[in-house]
Amino acid sequence: MGLDFSVIPKYLDVVMMGAVWTVAITVAAALLSFFGGIVFAVIALYAPKFVRLPFRAFEWLFMGTPLLLQLFLIYFGLVQIGIDLPAFVAGVIGLGLHFAVYNSELIQTAILAVDKGQMEAARTLGLSRGQALKKVVVPQAVRDVIPPIGNNMIALLKDSALVSVIGVSELTLSAQLAIGRTYRPFEFYVLAAVFYYIINLGMEAVLRRIERKVQAAR
Amino acid sequence: MTDQKPFVDIRHAKKSYGTLEVLKDISLQVHRGEIVAIIGPSGSGKSTLLRAINDLDPLSGGEIWLEDTQVNMDLPHRQYEKHINEVRQNIGMVFQHFNLFPHLTVRENITLAPKLLKGINDAEANKLAEEQLAKVGMLERIDYYPSQLSGGQKQRVAIARALAMKPKVMLFDEATSALDPELVEEVNQVMKALAEEHMTMIIVTHEMGFAESVCDRVLFMDQGVVVEEGPPSVIFRNPQNERTRNFLRKHLADANK
Amino acid sequence: MDVELMLKVYPFFLKAAWVTIQLSVLTTILGLICGSLGAAARLSRLRILRIVGAAYVSFIRGTPALIQLFILYFGGPQVGIQLDAFEAGVIGLGVNIGAYMTETIRGAIIAIDKGQAEAARTLGMSRYQSMRYVILPQAARLMIRPLGVNINALIKGTALVAAISVIELTYTAQRYIGSTYKPFEMFFISGVLYMIIIYVTGRGIAWLDRRARIV
Repeated sequence: MGLDFSVIPKYLDVVMMGAVWTVAITVAAALLSFFGGIVFAVIALYAPKFVRLPFRAFEWLFMGTPLLLQLFLIYFGLVQIGIDLPAFVAGVIGLGLHFAVYNSELIQTAILAVDKGQMEAARTLGLSRGQALKKVVVPQAVRDVIPPIGNNMIALLKDSALVSVIGVSELTLSAQLAIGRTYRPFEFYVLAAVFYYIINLGMEAVLRRIERKVQAAR
Repeated sequence: MTDQKPFVDIRHAKKSYGTLEVLKDISLQVHRGEIVAIIGPSGSGKSTLLRAINDLDPLSGGEIWLEDTQVNMDLPHRQYEKHINEVRQNIGMVFQHFNLFPHLTVRENITLAPKLLKGINDAEANKLAEEQLAKVGMLERIDYYPSQLSGGQKQRVAIARALAMKPKVMLFDEATSALDPELVEEVNQVMKALAEEHMTMIIVTHEMGFAESVCDRVLFMDQGVVVEEGPPSVIFRNPQNERTRNFLRKHLADANK
Repeated sequence: MDVELMLKVYPFFLKAAWVTIQLSVLTTILGLICGSLGAAARLSRLRILRIVGAAYVSFIRGTPALIQLFILYFGGPQVGIQLDAFEAGVIGLGVNIGAYMTETIRGAIIAIDKGQAEAARTLGMSRYQSMRYVILPQAARLMIRPLGVNINALIKGTALVAAISVIELTYTAQRYIGSTYKPFEMFFISGVLYMIIIYVTGRGIAWLDRRARIV
């Protein structure tokens, strides 16, 4: 059969459109995972026991099972209980929650590592526990784990390929679309890989900038 | 002054961790504008007593009063939280290790609590920060981060942060103990200036010279009790108790090393 | 929860779990081989090998495992590589995790290398000898735990081969969700099986780690 990359230009715009969607889903899920991770961490550490324990079980379940399986559950499970989400939204929720759990683990450790004196100082000024957490402890904890959270975001970009299986027309599914027309899987999957690689490089550059900015505020 | 009601009133304070008694029935009255130093060896309970005043280390028994309000009131959790947050706004505290918020600038360190709790706007908050920083001689560092300051500068900012809440009383928990010797004086100067404004202060310290020159009254604590108390001239020049004499002698010897 | 249904279908999930275990074991072995070669290349004195090693790590870690799997399985025949889905799964996932293991192994070696290599060299050992007798035995202990993290990710990563129709746990769950319309039950069975596999593996790694510390 051999290789023939001359088929690519005709479908380039389809694949590029897919790349745009991949960026969109990655950014949306990354934001959800970041803020979700903070909320999860606070729940896991400070919620009353009857919330905390089931929540820990949920975290454990999410960390112990494959993302693909979770995506199937969210996509088909929600349909079953009568919530018919667009594939894009289901994909963002699935990816976002999955990585929120991983981010939450990082943030929890960091919160516990923030010096006890910080909470004390905030409380002596009259801040409530919630205010002290929100304004003093959690921001420091999050700042401390920006680099590993960045690594999770990079992993999220690559795992976003999985949402193609629930029908989100991102980069991987767009490549499959072109393959369906041309029967040229090698060429188009390699093309998709190149796009992923470029997005990956761009994302690493952005994350490095954020890290430098955060580093400056020390 | 003594005919007034006490400003800070500690009544029969007791505190124990398991079987270890850290505070054994301590009572102390501090009047408005009075400056009290608490000295004593480490483990004597002096920091615990200080931290009980704003209920940071809750007592096991006894009462703390600030004017007409009981600080360590027995209330349901929610009400207690509301109560203590209000009380603490009136009690400034300065820590040995400064505890500045490293993710905030000097300005933000000072304005955080007033903005959140007193609902003042940005302009008022900035003015407040500038005033307080000018007072401790740190105005030119207003937009620095704590990590860019020396220990003495950090502690001056921490004092300004506490003062910005307009507290009625200031607690100092070994405020100069973590500082290099050459930086101690700049913090002492700030505290002296506060004394001249008749701020009510309770100071846990190892700086005997400072305590002698600034304070109205000195308490010597050891093993959870107040062994001796009186004006600095008596405590430092002519202590009556054997334990006080031993402590001061040892301390002087250490200081001269 | 439809327990009756779960009791009826669970034998199929057990069979599928066995496939997941086989995939995991074979992928781990291939991953360790690729990781060792990759680390050796990245730490080599030959510039060309260092470049090859760095390119391997960068491209594999810079693109999704799913795409790599698709290139191998669907694109392979175009360049004369004919693999069945299981073989493609093991090779694709093994080469993928190998890139991550490369960095783990390299990191452990670098961590030990600093002072120890100098000490070994001053005793007159060759570079090879110092690596073989001084650095590697110590680095091996140091890398057990982070390799465990890689293996944990790999076990969950085997779910990807469901996308090329290998009948393992996730594929089975997906198929039964489709035919029974009971997503929660199917998720529950497969989830429990995944967690058992991961738990047992984790205990094994912790045991190895403890033993390595005593020795």
